[in-house]
Amino acid sequence: MAAEIGHLSLWLALAAALCLSVFPLVGVQRNILALQWYARPLAWVQWLALTLSMVCLGYSFFINDFSVAYVANHSNSALPVAYRLSAIWGGHEGSLLLWGWMLGGWAAMVGGLSRSVPLAMVARVLSVMGMISVGFLLFMLLTSNPFDRVLPWFPLDGADLNPLLQDPGLIIHPPMLYMGYVGFSVAFAFAVAGLLAGNLDPAWARWARPWTTVAWSFLTVGIALGSWWAYYELGWGGWWFWDPVENASLLPWLAGTALIHSLAVTEKRNLFRAWTVLLAIIAFSLSLLGTFLVRSGVLTSVHAFANDPERGAFILGFLIVVAGGALTLFAVRSSTLTNNKGFKPVSREAFLLGNNLILLTATFVVLVGTIAPLFFEALDLKISIRSPYFNGFFVPLTMALIVLMVPGVFSNWKRQDGRVLVKRMAMLAPAAVIAGWFGSRLPEPSPWQGVLAIMLALYLVFAHVDDVVRRARAYGQGFFTGLRKLGRAYWGMVSAHCGLAVMVAGITLVSFHEVERDIRMGPGDRASIGEYDFVFDSLDNYQGPNFDSTRGHFQVSYQGEPVVILHPEKRTYHASGQIMTEAAIDAGFWRDLYVAMGEPLDDGNAWAVRIYFKPGIRWIWLGSLIMAFGGVLALSDKRYRRLRFANGEKEATNES
Amino acid sequence: MKANSPWVFLPLVGFVLLAVLLASGLGRDPQELPSALVGKPVPSFSLPSLMTDETLTQDSLKGRWQLLNVWATWCPTCYIEHPFLLELAARGVAIAGLNYKDESDPARQYLAEHGNPFTHVIVDADGQLGLDLGVYGAPETFLINPDGEIVLRHAGDLNARVWKEKFVPLLEQNQPGGEA
Repeated sequence: MAAEIGHLSLWLALAAALCLSVFPLVGVQRNILALQWYARPLAWVQWLALTLSMVCLGYSFFINDFSVAYVANHSNSALPVAYRLSAIWGGHEGSLLLWGWMLGGWAAMVGGLSRSVPLAMVARVLSVMGMISVGFLLFMLLTSNPFDRVLPWFPLDGADLNPLLQDPGLIIHPPMLYMGYVGFSVAFAFAVAGLLAGNLDPAWARWARPWTTVAWSFLTVGIALGSWWAYYELGWGGWWFWDPVENASLLPWLAGTALIHSLAVTEKRNLFRAWTVLLAIIAFSLSLLGTFLVRSGVLTSVHAFANDPERGAFILGFLIVVAGGALTLFAVRSSTLTNNKGFKPVSREAFLLGNNLILLTATFVVLVGTIAPLFFEALDLKISIRSPYFNGFFVPLTMALIVLMVPGVFSNWKRQDGRVLVKRMAMLAPAAVIAGWFGSRLPEPSPWQGVLAIMLALYLVFAHVDDVVRRARAYGQGFFTGLRKLGRAYWGMVSAHCGLAVMVAGITLVSFHEVERDIRMGPGDRASIGEYDFVFDSLDNYQGPNFDSTRGHFQVSYQGEPVVILHPEKRTYHASGQIMTEAAIDAGFWRDLYVAMGEPLDDGNAWAVRIYFKPGIRWIWLGSLIMAFGGVLALSDKRYRRLRFANGEKEATNES
Repeated sequence: MKANSPWVFLPLVGFVLLAVLLASGLGRDPQELPSALVGKPVPSFSLPSLMTDETLTQDSLKGRWQLLNVWATWCPTCYIEHPFLLELAARGVAIAGLNYKDESDPARQYLAEHGNPFTHVIVDADGQLGLDLGVYGAPETFLINPDGEIVLRHAGDLNARVWKEKFVPLLEQNQPGGEA
């Protein structure tokens, strides 16, 4: 019964989305206020219907209703309840429902938190979001309905959730990622609405900005979680594989990062308007492209889900309508976006533009690398693009980005005295060089790339500390009073930039100083990495809820002092027969110790054991979290808190 | 950006090119064999055997239903797939191995360590046979009938589910009551 209710309410959501994409827009065109007014209630109805669908699917999982095909394929009666619920997004159909539900949620939120935005603008924005929703709901209902039944002969038990996905990290990773993907639809909707209105004033950027920041923060956390999950769950100890699916999430992040900065310029200076609109369109289009790449089966990947060319064709068609439509609109309407003000070549605008170009180049590099296999296939060439290509471009681009970030933060809007800027930058350089030199020698000497990267990361941090001190002093009321006067948005920027520095430092450390050992070990054997000793004590077997496990006991000691006992496992899942490696990790601020059991050798008397020493790897994710926290800080800035209560006094004046 | 500058169409043009490329990739599902090879005999070859001194040819793959599994020691998914191959072999399924673009010593060591599910292993060090077969990467598994013709190709790891869904129906259709 629950499945039927869920199915019905999906159709209801489609009806609401159709109304939402038509009526408010007609209302704007014909200037009928009543129709414009309907935008918000329609968005809320749509979201309620989608929420009901989610609850119904969750309930079907909860009661193990294996007559629902999706539940039968992705759950099992022995699966713990938490994983049964997270199995909602463990497969294709349910992921789409989650996508749609979040899109509905963002639309409902925009409806609820936009009292300061003119009604016509809200109507346009929600209409555009409604159109996107129509596409997704049609996709779901026509090709991938999660509520399809397998009747009359349904399986007695389910096929189980993919063991790779039975993990706490994976309970929250997809929702975070999708919140980011879908969140960029708001900026996209604002951009298209602005193009439709033919009026992109700074107010437009001010409305779109907080939504973009939230989406970006979610996406940042989502990508970090994905990387963290790959690290401990895949058992290879890597944290980024330049896999098509990972790239699919990085692409909108890069474009979104550029968008955040470009929006700032548009809001403050009413410049880069065409550029900002274009970035908003690109960021969301790349989110859709990511979905296409993951779902269509055009590219094989380590963690591609069920692939289906028919579904791929639908998403591609949808992508063409959304991105093609928006870009056409952009080409036709962008003549209204000419800038009438300029800026000097040495100014914050100039540096932000430079950084934007770098970010966009990085986006392009990743995009080309990701879809190149398709291109080579079309030419019948067998060439594989792997990490040397990506690293070869990406690392220097990141370095260049950091080099430009510092003057960007130091400079004034409009024009900046070049000599003052050079002086400020030069003053910090020796400190960064010296500290970087020592820092990069701490574990053991690094190659010059590593030294340079650590210097740049430290330079970035020093520059922000210097900037905070100067700005706090500039209030002239003492340092600590000044500190408190600095806005949350400013702190957000400092935090996000320092997060990047922490991440770069972590990547550098782990890239140049990790130690990996693949060795054969039996109980009683000993292996060492540096001053760490690993003793393989014993093996035992135990039964999990839906798997059997062989577990090793490893005693780890540092300079003879016991550190930790690690328990790597090899699990065999009952329903699918899949064998999974569960790595055991001793996580630490400075280093991770990582033990994974590979294959049994000599009838299980010995094992191929992988032992890794990973310095600084935590910093990669810590840095990402600091970055995302910066986004949250920026969002809690005074002006957004005030905005919510400023009850549309501009409504009359800004009406187009 | 100046009014009506032709540059504003650049993003659109770029996107159209991208869409064409993506559309061209859609028809080409990497999980499916180009239909040209289904029903055709295995391309002729004459390559050394990994475990013995004999030379293997396309005739070595005739005479019974068997799988041809493309594997290599550099392929992480092959490690994941391996236990299932062993299980199939234990159930009496004949599996020929194609050691693809690999070095023979580590390959022999790999089979010694992890168990050998293969009746025989073809050494395709330069990947020529793989190229003729249209192999995209490892692992891939072909189903070959007693006449030495390719019946099915599966790209990606072979597991219980794939076996049940793709291979068993074909085997049952061709030899009722056969290996399942």
